[in-house]
Amino acid sequence: MAERFRPGDRVLTSPADPAHHTRLPRYARGAAGTVVEVEGRYPLPDDRSRGLPAEAEPVYAVRFPAAGLFGAGDHQVVLALWESYLRLEGRSGRG
Amino acid sequence: MGDHGGPAHGLAARVRRVEALLERRGLVGAAELDRALEAYLARATPANGARLVARAWLDEGFRSRLLADAGAALPELGLSTGGGIAEQRLKVVANTEDTHNVIVCTLCSCYPVALLGPSPTWYKSESYRSRVVRDPRGVLREFGFALDQDVEITVWDATAESRYMVLPRRPAGTGDLGEAGLAALVTRNGLIGVAPV
Repeated sequence: MAERFRPGDRVLTSPADPAHHTRLPRYARGAAGTVVEVEGRYPLPDDRSRGLPAEAEPVYAVRFPAAGLFGAGDHQVVLALWESYLRLEGRSGRG
Repeated sequence: MGDHGGPAHGLAARVRRVEALLERRGLVGAAELDRALEAYLARATPANGARLVARAWLDEGFRSRLLADAGAALPELGLSTGGGIAEQRLKVVANTEDTHNVIVCTLCSCYPVALLGPSPTWYKSESYRSRVVRDPRGVLREFGFALDQDVEITVWDATAESRYMVLPRRPAGTGDLGEAGLAALVTRNGLIGVAPV
């Protein structure tokens, strides 16, 4: 499976509140960020923790302005997020 | 991964139970896990991280390789993130004049143990984990680290399989120090990002 996102892409995290284990922290739900880089490919913990088949999928470092996460703050927060947690919001530049 | 908010003794009991089952079924020997852990922890010390930093301060080429792909650069100093257990991706993030980095694991207690040794208790505390993402400047102040207001802070939350380590800035007035002398300046807190060096 090729990577769906690339560095510079603007992405939105899932707003869902799943009943099962997930590695998308609550504070970063439904947030807008920018892809920094691909970190590798790993099985989705949400599936693995439930004993479901989990194929490796891309994990991205995604940068969020703190103000977008907490309503305040002049810093940035980078999280490592599985592709399943993200959808594309916008892509700038060529290609 | 570490505690997930439940009582630590509950987790420890589960680990002992799994360990007992593995032993009963003959999948691991009684002493095998202890030996593996002891061997791992004997090599896991912040002196490893400090050596990486000192080399990066002295060798621009090494610094670039370390920042671009830490996993490939570590063997140059005879280091790895695995230490006999599973290899983990390492990402080294460099502080500069106008950017500062801090690491955390808000979900549990992920930490580059092989390079920094076992993590300090406060790193695993709910207080540090929940507050440093919201107010890193305030948390740094509590560590006695007053960062200049125009330095932008990035907090790296180890939510997946990568582990992060901070490359602190080389302190002024250290031009005459060699690699060992420089490494001796580097602290564990500096490698986490809650101290200047």
